[in-house]
Amino acid sequence: MKRELLKFLILALLVAILPMLLSGSYLLNVLIFVGIHTMLAVALNLLLGFAGQISLGHAGFFGLGAYASGILTSTYGINPWIAMTAAAAVVTLLAFAIGFPILKLKGHYLAMATLGLGIIFFIVFNEAVNLTGGPSGLSGIPSLKAGSLTFDNDLKNYALIWLFTLGTVLLSVNLANSRIGRALRAIHDSEVAARVMGVNARLLKVQIFALSACISTIAGSLYAHTMGFISPTSFGFNFSVELVTMVIIGGLGSIYGSLVGAFILTILPEALRTFQDYDIIIYGLILILMTMYLPGGLVRGIPAVLARFRSAGKQEG
Amino acid sequence: MLEIRSITQVFGGLTALLDVSFSLRQGEITGVIGPNGAGKTTLFNIISGIYRQTSGQIFLKDKNISGFPPERLARLGIVRTFQNIELFGQMSVLENVKVGLHTKSGCGIFSCSFKLPWHLAEERRITESARNWLDFCGISDLAEQRADSLPFGKGRLLEIARALAMEPQIMFMDEPAAGLNSRETQDLATLIRKIREAGITVVLVEHDMELVMDVCDRILVLNLGEKLAEGTPREIQENQAVIAAYLGEG
Repeated sequence: MKRELLKFLILALLVAILPMLLSGSYLLNVLIFVGIHTMLAVALNLLLGFAGQISLGHAGFFGLGAYASGILTSTYGINPWIAMTAAAAVVTLLAFAIGFPILKLKGHYLAMATLGLGIIFFIVFNEAVNLTGGPSGLSGIPSLKAGSLTFDNDLKNYALIWLFTLGTVLLSVNLANSRIGRALRAIHDSEVAARVMGVNARLLKVQIFALSACISTIAGSLYAHTMGFISPTSFGFNFSVELVTMVIIGGLGSIYGSLVGAFILTILPEALRTFQDYDIIIYGLILILMTMYLPGGLVRGIPAVLARFRSAGKQEG
Repeated sequence: MLEIRSITQVFGGLTALLDVSFSLRQGEITGVIGPNGAGKTTLFNIISGIYRQTSGQIFLKDKNISGFPPERLARLGIVRTFQNIELFGQMSVLENVKVGLHTKSGCGIFSCSFKLPWHLAEERRITESARNWLDFCGISDLAEQRADSLPFGKGRLLEIARALAMEPQIMFMDEPAAGLNSRETQDLATLIRKIREAGITVVLVEHDMELVMDVCDRILVLNLGEKLAEGTPREIQENQAVIAAYLGEG
């Protein structure tokens, strides 16, 4: 437990000093995205890495948060915090309702169903032009305010986003090391044994699906208020796959791994600008290579690989 | 205390169990034996809520529990172990037993995420209790190991420790001696008696006749899905129908 606290404090310290070391708003902007992506990856990891249930539609929940906040604030002039809370509450309930039928499915069927769900959300964002602005997007979304403080520049947004991200990480780490986290991992390893131990697997899967959707929705609201402009392309199938890639790169069931995965997959496209639309191929390759050679993800896999090298070195020496 | 009333189970055209009835007495060790395909595991799967029987009822102290899912039975104190041990492989030995304490604790997603004071107190209680059960089964030295790294015999003990952590009223064990060597089987017999002394009613499906005759108070014999005989080990050993079923007639 003390080690968990130490890890978290190191992360928080890093987050606090990074902006002082960086100059220019470009890098700060990238780090804002790292924060939002971390929230999403951690949310998906609770479902995918802990409960062992895939979702290929999480970009949809992210989009629901962004559009709900965007529409409520820019079109109806509702206070952003109220809009954000309302969006999170409604989407959580929606996910709970969808979760019951959908999480009865297993494996590929669940993947297909969540994929369909994501596509339905995407079509709504794209086609409900009167509400969402359609393909040309929704603009004029106001910034968040706290008292006299308006989150209108990159540094303030950085602080806001990372406050939420650190909160998500801390709460998720707590959850992962608790009775609920153990029950989730038990379902992952052997659902029938978990049920025999009294774990209500069906209800818990739905609860964690709803929690995961809730965090994704909040990330979506934050995204909308930070950017001021949203369009459907940010919430499509490609992004859902990117989220799964982040979780797998970092390691299933490793909260800090999701942070690493989100960091890499946010920095990578910036570095791979020259490849433009081919980035999805690179993600595919990464996914294949990771599952083949580092199935535990980077955070767990690298120490294991190092240990192997060390023991190999010893045998030769 | 547990009463099974004319259970029948049909899979497609195959009748796995036909009109099987028997009742368990509190504090006894009951053995369920029979040749392969007799329906022993099917019976276990029905009682533990994994299958839903075609017809018949199960009563726990006059309460009809037919068709209850496993998680509900767990709260009523019915637990089972599996023939091919079902451990939570990626978790530590201690964590496996902690899952067994799931019904003995109640913190939800909210209090776990925010580490509320009562969650911390509960977590301490869970850890202490889990260590006690590891101790009871003699595997406390393995607490921090990953469950999938255990040798088969230790894995079996872990599965028993995990089931005991629920403090069940009745424990069903599906072939607990399968895959164990003779030394481990002897230790198992001692452990089963110890479990009974802790006030738990034990039922075991087992092929190891020496173990069954040694520890069981009563034995139920199934053959081709039907109840063939019921009685004390001595009665069963002398029962002509049982001998015929095992050795073949003529």
